[in-house]
Amino acid sequence: MAHGNAHDSKHEPHPLVGHLVPMWILFAVGGALLVLTAITVAVRYIDVGEFNMVIALGVAVIKATLVALFFMHLKWDRPFNLLTFVGSMAFVILMMVFCMMDTAQYRPTQFVGNPPEVEATLQANAPGAPVARFTPYSP
Amino acid sequence: MSTLHTSHASAHDAHGHDAHGHGDHAKYPFLQHHFESPAHQFDSAKLGMWLFLATEVLFFGGLFVAYAVLRSRFPEVFSYASHYLDTLMGGVNTCVLILSSLTMALAVRFAQTNRRKAMVWCLVLTFMGAVGFMVIKYFEYTHKIHEHLVWGKTFYVPPQDAAGAEEAKVISTAPAPAPVALTVANPATPAVAPIAATPPVEASAIKAAAAAPGGLASVRQQAKAEGLPVAANDPAFAHPSMHLADPTMPANTHLFFAIYYCMTGLHGIHVLAGMVMLAWLIWRGARGDFSSDYFTPVDVGGLYWHIVDLVWIFLFPLFYLIH
Repeated sequence: MAHGNAHDSKHEPHPLVGHLVPMWILFAVGGALLVLTAITVAVRYIDVGEFNMVIALGVAVIKATLVALFFMHLKWDRPFNLLTFVGSMAFVILMMVFCMMDTAQYRPTQFVGNPPEVEATLQANAPGAPVARFTPYSP
Repeated sequence: MSTLHTSHASAHDAHGHDAHGHGDHAKYPFLQHHFESPAHQFDSAKLGMWLFLATEVLFFGGLFVAYAVLRSRFPEVFSYASHYLDTLMGGVNTCVLILSSLTMALAVRFAQTNRRKAMVWCLVLTFMGAVGFMVIKYFEYTHKIHEHLVWGKTFYVPPQDAAGAEEAKVISTAPAPAPVALTVANPATPAVAPIAATPPVEASAIKAAAAAPGGLASVRQQAKAEGLPVAANDPAFAHPSMHLADPTMPANTHLFFAIYYCMTGLHGIHVLAGMVMLAWLIWRGARGDFSSDYFTPVDVGGLYWHIVDLVWIFLFPLFYLIH
């Protein structure tokens, strides 16, 4: 175990490496995260159509940014670490975009209603179960 | 190589040591021989951790893509099945993880300022947060598995216990025979036609069942009318295999639970791994391994714990908060 270097009786010892985040920032970020959680739960009960998902994901992105910048020290860290992190997420989004384009192309060939196997299981195990056989999508 | 950190390191080097790294190695027992300085070692460790976190993002990313594909294909399934999840439990779990993330960040700070006791206590609190999360998750999972709200074929099999048998009775005496149900064209015209024997009140109750939560309530009312024992206070969606008796359940609802267990399960495994890591940090921290000079394990362990929190920040609205 190494000894602290800056044993100043008046000041907190300074870490040899890394960044010392002020205490109030940590508590402020924690509080903000809790408030944003309350907001995102409240929005669930308000119907704003398509914007429900936009708001829910927007709040989640803000929360994730707060965690990454302050709890994970990225605000003061080497930019390359930030690049690694943001880069990985960019590639996830890239994969998502192409997968969504692909499924949109295959949409007319997809099942409408339960696949035959599900239907067989359902009829064998719960005959008469009034499971709806409709789907809003029509090819 | 460093612009940020070597300033500290070189300041320490100035304490009468030679300009080469040998001085650092004599001075810092924790410094591995293949690193030039503590800053070099710290930055390398952090870069390694961030690269690992990038693979974690891609790991979860595949499942997020699967989620997006399923949700775009079956939007009705997601808005319906989301109501089976307990928003209160999910919300409490979100707060638990956020608070444990805060205590983790505090633990790093206490490690950086040589406050060993405070650091160990914060790590213990973080560990307790992980335990609390898993306990709540356990209750959520067992409840759903008991009701056969699971992936695959079991979703369409009524539970075999007493409550399940009673529910099966409800199903077998359900007013809508399968052939009629098969012809249901849309949710606005539920299969009320065959309910000849039931009083008009019950028929109207079923009509109101077009919305997802009301659908279950109506089934319960109907069971009551037929003299079957129904718990008076059981909340909507709490009754075993209620989903099989719900005429408004969209096709392919089991897919929601498949992706739900995949994503929250993988996240849960990460929480368990985090608990092992936290226990290790507590042990080493109590032993006195960490100080303002050397706190790298606490720091990179914290990064891992924060990304577990970060994934849950997205999982919570995507599963529990669908309007």
